Amino acid sequence: MRTRKNKGAYYVVSLIILIILALLFLFPLYWIVTGAFKTGAEINSVTPVWWPTEWVTNNFEKLFSKRSAPLFEIGSLTGPVVPGAIRWLVNTVFMAVVAMVLTCITASMAGYALAKKRFTGRHILFTLIVCAMALPKQVILIPLIREMSTLGLYDKIWAVIFPTVGWPFGVFLMKQFSEGVPGEILEAARIDGASEARTFSSIVVPIIKPGIGALAIFTFINSWNDYFMQLIMLSSSSKLTISLGIATMQAENSTDFGIIMAGAALAALPIIIVFLIFQKYFTQGITMGAVKG
Amino acid sequence: MKQTNKPSMSRVLRRRETFSAYLFLLPSLIFFIGFVIIPMVLCLYTSFFDSKLNANTPDVFVGFANYVELWRDPVFKKALVNTLVIVVVSVPTVAAFSLWVASAIYKMKDWMLSAFRCIFYLPVVTGSVAVTVVWKWMYNNYYGIFNYVLKGVGAIDNNINWLGNPSTALWCIIIILFTTSVGQPIVLYVSALGNVDASLVEAANVDGANNLQSFWKVKWPSIMPTTLYIIVITTINSFQCFALIQLLTSGGPNNATQTVMYYIYYTAFKLYRFGYGNAMGIILAIFIAVLSAFQFWLAKEK
Repeated sequence: MRTRKNKGAYYVVSLIILIILALLFLFPLYWIVTGAFKTGAEINSVTPVWWPTEWVTNNFEKLFSKRSAPLFEIGSLTGPVVPGAIRWLVNTVFMAVVAMVLTCITASMAGYALAKKRFTGRHILFTLIVCAMALPKQVILIPLIREMSTLGLYDKIWAVIFPTVGWPFGVFLMKQFSEGVPGEILEAARIDGASEARTFSSIVVPIIKPGIGALAIFTFINSWNDYFMQLIMLSSSSKLTISLGIATMQAENSTDFGIIMAGAALAALPIIIVFLIFQKYFTQGITMGAVKG
Repeated sequence: MKQTNKPSMSRVLRRRETFSAYLFLLPSLIFFIGFVIIPMVLCLYTSFFDSKLNANTPDVFVGFANYVELWRDPVFKKALVNTLVIVVVSVPTVAAFSLWVASAIYKMKDWMLSAFRCIFYLPVVTGSVAVTVVWKWMYNNYYGIFNYVLKGVGAIDNNINWLGNPSTALWCIIIILFTTSVGQPIVLYVSALGNVDASLVEAANVDGANNLQSFWKVKWPSIMPTTLYIIVITTINSFQCFALIQLLTSGGPNNATQTVMYYIYYTAFKLYRFGYGNAMGIILAIFIAVLSAFQFWLAKEK
């Protein structure tokens, strides 16, 4: 290895560049979090205040004093009145969790059938799924708004959940994972007289569990952040998601960066924590979802 | 193919298999057909109508009039050009940058690898709204750090209104889009580079190839499918660039940051020209479909 010395130098230089880049990538997040705790004077200072001299919570107080809504509304049952931003968080968590659960159930069943069953129409269906995935998702949302009004779902959280569940990426991902289920095991289960449902729940699901984990975290994060869909489907102020709420707020008082940063922190930090905890599954999902060749 | 391996599988069995397969597919198909396929068909259908979105005004069939109007619409042309600029600038830079980062980090210790991968992915996870509002502040004419830092190092003399200036606004958008686009490609490249057959690289090194040669001759061809996939997803994402535009510039100043996706939204929901918006959606879908088909063709050629 005659080039080891050069390699060492190259390694150090690239590491330094990487660290600088990493700091630049982290900066917006740092600016959100510190900005959320700065005083108004420091926010609007012409000379940037790199580190808050005193950490104050008035931005959050202002954020929580705006508008209020019941914590939840299920039929005629309503929760205690809370600040609007809290209600937005509740909406967002509900949306992301329900979309995640529904996607995982439907996609793992469909992915298994596509991977392991030889049935009429299989080829056409798979082609349709791959083609749909290549189309711009946002384009179908424009006609979707009319469909949702017809179904009476406009301005309801379901209007955001259903299209997320319908998006075929999950089926594709779960098909990739289900290919790994050995056919002999399924055959043996059939010979033993296990029902289809039983074969699926006690043989297939345990094997594809890592795939379900990947899909769950992927759907959760994507649906949390799917701003465009939330924007066109939801309108009344108690129905908003946290991203949409912050966007509406910044349209109303676009110069009060303090309150907007507090809102941005409230929208971003929960999802970042979820991401950091489940990072491993997430990476796996991205890699498996890529079309190979 | 599989059926021929199992000649014993009778028609009755196959019918049973088909029936049970569709039972498994049913829940997923309801959502897929109801909320993906039907809207796609509706999109095409509505694009031939003059539609106002509101239920009281009936749609009027206009044939290809929406498409003809699109062809003549200067704002649409401007939007298309801007979108193409975004795509042409961001796709190669995102691919090159993420390839460099991935090749610099993929052999590192596990904790360093995941730390870097995580940091470059964070802007995606943070969400477009949170990312956009903080950049809006950083670009701000009076309180933004860009003007402060650039004046500090002497690069500019006076404050620049980055988002309000037609010659800088689009570049501001492209920079933010870049930071939110490299996360996924880096993850994909790290895994692709890790899968390159180590014995091939070794053989090349034994034959006296230097690092650069072994990269171009051995690693580059084997990560080609990943590169193509990254190009396609980055193209689709750049085409759909919306939140940045809506929250930062609303397509302004003077349509300098108008993109197809924002113009679709604006036409359908601000001008209530629903049919016209759908016609644009169809054109955008065709654009992306042609590009994707081109990618698959390229992949096959390799």
